[in-house]
Amino acid sequence: MSSHAHAHTPAPDTGDAVPGYYQVMETAVRERLVEKKVIGAGEIRQMLEVMDTRTPALGSKIVARAWVDPEFRARLLANGRATLEELGIDFFEDTQLMVLENTDSVHNLVVCTLCSCYPREILGLPPDWYKMKPYRARAVKEPRAVLAEFGTVIPDDVEIRVSDSTSMIRFLVLPQRPKGTEGFTEEQLAALVTRDAMIGVVRASNPEKKEKSR
Amino acid sequence: MSQELGRSVKPLANIVKAEGAEPLFQAGDAVKISVRFPVGHYRVPTYIRGKRARVEAVVEPAAINNEDEGFGRNVGVKRHYYRIAIPLSELWKGYAGSKNDGLRIEVFETWLERS
Repeated sequence: MSSHAHAHTPAPDTGDAVPGYYQVMETAVRERLVEKKVIGAGEIRQMLEVMDTRTPALGSKIVARAWVDPEFRARLLANGRATLEELGIDFFEDTQLMVLENTDSVHNLVVCTLCSCYPREILGLPPDWYKMKPYRARAVKEPRAVLAEFGTVIPDDVEIRVSDSTSMIRFLVLPQRPKGTEGFTEEQLAALVTRDAMIGVVRASNPEKKEKSR
Repeated sequence: MSQELGRSVKPLANIVKAEGAEPLFQAGDAVKISVRFPVGHYRVPTYIRGKRARVEAVVEPAAINNEDEGFGRNVGVKRHYYRIAIPLSELWKGYAGSKNDGLRIEVFETWLERS
């Protein structure tokens, strides 16, 4: 298709690669568990299928609902997990969910310094940068510099609250509703809420407004 | 629904609770994170050990000590996690941001000392 001169190296066939240490360990443990009938082979596939259905779109719907429905918002802030279970969202990890509300005076940021704890039930799998050491180490040490690199400048009089997710609680940031969205429907609002806004590295923004202000 | 019903029931007085059933710390308590280095995978990052902190909230429900459970010890005994607040200026000398900036982290009861 392309007519340019340089040669393209074919993408490596991942099936040919020699499995690494942890891959061998995972296969060995999995096969042993299946052999001992602790789990069925189908259960792992089914869990992967469940994971594939959980994406940030689900989190966006929750945020948009909280923006339009004050009673829902209050219950979500009081007990995240119980409120979402009422919506029919099941939790497959034995963890709580805490919803952190951004306000004019507080900006929340979520990290897992030890590994990659993340509210997978409502956001799916975390982005690669969330799992990598630079973000994990720096988010708790120089959050303002990290946020600035994401293009988010937080004024000094706004408190930055970094939640390090290490054990029992997973966190969802409830961003502030962008200005100029008073007439928006819940669906239109959900479209403004990105994965990154729910981790707290950016704000939720209204692109129409931004274009106008330029 | 069941939670609302539960709340309307007045608890009986003088019930002697099992070890670990009641939280040892309450919101507002001044604490220090223990400095220990046990062998194994401990979910208390080293950067908070020895730091002074404040209990922001008790995390309910009580939970098993997953650090011991991983070694097959302490089966079934539950204690509380606490949401702990530590100013970033307490964690890092010469922290450049606002003095109001802070960390929140959940720490298991066995890692907290009164301060």
